[in-house]
Amino acid sequence: MSRRFTPSVVTANDLFEGDVVYLTPDQGWSRDLSHAQLFTDARAAEAALAQAQAQSDRLVGPYLAAARSGPNGPEPAHFREAFRARGPSNYPHGKQEAGMCRP
Amino acid sequence: MYAYSEFDRAFLRTRNTQFRAQVERRIAGNLTEEEFRPLRLMNGLYLQLHAYMLRVAIPYGTLNSAQMRQLAMIADRWDKGYGHFTTRQNIQFNWPRLNDVPDMLDALAEVGMHAIQTSGNCVRNVTADHFAGAAADEIADPRPVAELLRQWSTDHPEFQFLPRKFKIAITGSPNDRAVTRAHDIGLRTVLRNGARGFEVIVGGGLGRTPVIGKVLADFIPEADLLPYIEAILSTYNSFGRRDNKYKARIKIMVNELGLDDVRARVEARFRTLRAEWQGVDQHILNDLRRAFAPPAFRVAPTDGFDTAYQRDPGFRAFADTNLAAHWQDGYAIVTISLKAHGATPGDASSDQMRLMADLAERYGHDELRISHEQNVILPHVHKSDLPALYAALKTAQLATANIGLASDIIACPGMDYCALATARSIPVAQDIARAVAAREHDIGGLKIKISGCINACGHHHVGHIGILGLDRAGVENYQITLGGDATETAALGERAGPGFAYDQIVPAIERVLDAYLDLRRGPSEDFLATFRRLGAQPFKDALYLPEVSAHAV
Repeated sequence: MSRRFTPSVVTANDLFEGDVVYLTPDQGWSRDLSHAQLFTDARAAEAALAQAQAQSDRLVGPYLAAARSGPNGPEPAHFREAFRARGPSNYPHGKQEAGMCRP
Repeated sequence: MYAYSEFDRAFLRTRNTQFRAQVERRIAGNLTEEEFRPLRLMNGLYLQLHAYMLRVAIPYGTLNSAQMRQLAMIADRWDKGYGHFTTRQNIQFNWPRLNDVPDMLDALAEVGMHAIQTSGNCVRNVTADHFAGAAADEIADPRPVAELLRQWSTDHPEFQFLPRKFKIAITGSPNDRAVTRAHDIGLRTVLRNGARGFEVIVGGGLGRTPVIGKVLADFIPEADLLPYIEAILSTYNSFGRRDNKYKARIKIMVNELGLDDVRARVEARFRTLRAEWQGVDQHILNDLRRAFAPPAFRVAPTDGFDTAYQRDPGFRAFADTNLAAHWQDGYAIVTISLKAHGATPGDASSDQMRLMADLAERYGHDELRISHEQNVILPHVHKSDLPALYAALKTAQLATANIGLASDIIACPGMDYCALATARSIPVAQDIARAVAAREHDIGGLKIKISGCINACGHHHVGHIGILGLDRAGVENYQITLGGDATETAALGERAGPGFAYDQIVPAIERVLDAYLDLRRGPSEDFLATFRRLGAQPFKDALYLPEVSAHAV
């Protein structure tokens, strides 16, 4: 029996800035997790990941990160992804600086 | 201090030119990430959670004021105005852009610095006692040998692809401030019949398999040291495991082959190698000794120090806590705390870096050190200058009198930055520091060390109180170890029991401290001595009281 697929977003780091980015429904890349496309189907997610892996001229290390649906879009399912989506907790740097994350 | 030769400068120019071209090829799409990754790591460039990170080597933790100012300039121009000093005496910039890194490396080269071999399976930055050349208890300044090791290991063609990374630490004092027993090779200066040599410790290390290093040779004469170390590296290169990265460090080789077997192999290799060394290293070492000659100390009255000590309680606390004994009369070693209560351990803003550089130039014979405990040291300050130095430090939140106390915490970057981390370290350190601030002088000497994963960059195994952050079923969880020791009486801490949730770890640490204050014979019996007298049980009882055990998981 195959494992149940966990809803996921496609995420990577931007080649130039290193910042965390997410694949959006219009095939673009956003720095805001809430703009990401949430995949609930394993095949669609794998296909999107494969496309991301082909974009090595702008991305580093794409992978599928577990997420769940929230009122404002996808939310992280694990605390590591929550830190990636928000930035460090000791300074308001990264996405917090850019005003990109909600409290 | 050692100043770069034309050879060093030419080498750096070549390397930086190569790396600039590699970055350009990566951006142009001519190198894949798989091809580029080992190239950037060879130049200290990591990709972490939120950004790239550039790790810059500070050889044996020694800097001059021009170098510190350049680090401040780099922080302002290409990063976010600060740097993070690490447990390996390095500095890390957490927010560089890929396109800017070649310029950052060129700026480093202007002051004789680089990021080479701060990653990869090679000999990493050689670390040393941060009081080297100044400590009253020192047999000999270890830095000439540390610099010799740096020159020998930099770009060494045979040792660029070892089974795993390799860390060497060296001390010139019997009181070990360099954690020599937790390194792949630890070197302790010893005298035998008036001749200087080294006790060579091998196979120490923390990480997922913590091991206290073992004595491979109790005395290697100074003239034999480099060929002997080459024999160790060569043996490791041949017999260290490459099939499993978690079993690839030399400590595993020593455990699997046995110390006697390793010694026999090293000695056999040494006999072959020794003849190839014709003494060039000793000529270089003699030159290096001149480069590290003591500064021109001055003789002056210390009345101003005595008066300030009597009159100013703040200065008295600073002097009692942050000064260490210098071998030169009238001088002191000053440790500047990068652990203001609630600050990120090891972080310094560019303004703080510039101030420390100015103070080093004005009062400290132009020398600064970075300690593995993530503080900055001015190793040579005349006591008459200390009141003015203290006043200047106070203006920049750099005068916290907490060296060696409960808030002087080592913490790795943890999950706020590091891609390997399994939990946060920094906010735990910040919260503990705030919680203990009011009573830390009463608690006395205490080493709390926090790591955000089992790789143990925060040295938690050798903390009197160690904290290890883990991911337990998708939640941050913190294990406590007790009784570790990083000094010449090195010991690994003992795990206390089940871990604590993020919001329970600070109260748990406070219970351990409450127990210590109840149990000690008096203020002269520090935490570690009390632990050694009583064992772990009373502290475990304090941690896992029935009424709060529901919080432990």
